[in-house]
Amino acid sequence: MSEGVQVAGVYVRDADEALAFYVDKLGFRVHTDVKNGDYRWLTVQHPEQASFQLGLFVPGPPTVDAATAQALKAAVAKGAMPPLVLVVDDCRASHARLAARGVEFTQEPVDRYGSVDASFRDPSGNGWKMVQARR
Amino acid sequence: MSRGSDAQDPALLRRLLRARDRIDAASHEQWPVARLARVSGVSPAHFARSFHRAFGAPPHRYLLTRRIEKATALLRDTELSITEIAFEAGWSSLGTFGRTFRDVTGQTPSALRLRAQAEADSLGRVPPCFLAAGRRPDLASAVSEKRRRASLATTSSSSDSREQR
Repeated sequence: MSEGVQVAGVYVRDADEALAFYVDKLGFRVHTDVKNGDYRWLTVQHPEQASFQLGLFVPGPPTVDAATAQALKAAVAKGAMPPLVLVVDDCRASHARLAARGVEFTQEPVDRYGSVDASFRDPSGNGWKMVQARR
Repeated sequence: MSRGSDAQDPALLRRLLRARDRIDAASHEQWPVARLARVSGVSPAHFARSFHRAFGAPPHRYLLTRRIEKATALLRDTELSITEIAFEAGWSSLGTFGRTFRDVTGQTPSALRLRAQAEADSLGRVPPCFLAAGRRPDLASAVSEKRRRASLATTSSSSDSREQR
């Protein structure tokens, strides 16, 4: 595949905290982590999805001004950012594994329309829906 | 809110979100402010004020939107009786459920059920939870206020100018 979405990012309140969450708890891998002064380009990758990177970006100067950064951080902390969906083979098993690692689940696994889904948040407030792939 | 233009601390907002998540996870339960405040780790008075400012509605009204959303989903997707749905969604009286539901949505539970079943299936590709969230009532004012306006509108159309805010 030569065309497609390569990077999409979420805003996080702290890059190191987000890195620890996505890597140590969710099992993602670091793809790129480059710093240049206050700027940091940090992306992680799902181990089974080599063509896509999830960016973990802290809003702030120089890319956005301080007041805008504050507003963005508030929006994230209020859970106002767009939905994120993680597909898994077995939602209940993934829930048990991630909950044991201290992931903050906001909805326990629920059977719905022949699938199972649960919800969790990252430390910043980004909300993930974890959906079991239909078989 | 008129409490100054200074922004709310994201760390506080994150803790308020945790309380809102708890409402979302169990909207059929009772959520007095003291219980929610404990989730967020702030005093009840501070919680009520901060929650309203953060999310645009006081906690009890937010809870109501989630209960209406749940009742709507059950009306749409299950064969449960309206009485069963009232209790599943968190109401302790069928009469209060029917009245509140009509005040908020503008239709009775049974009318909504008929309409929902008629328009079913066209939205099958959107994850159900997001679909439900998109149908959540937008309660910018209190239900009592909405009810008052509706009754004023039917009794006197000249009162419109007084009702503007």
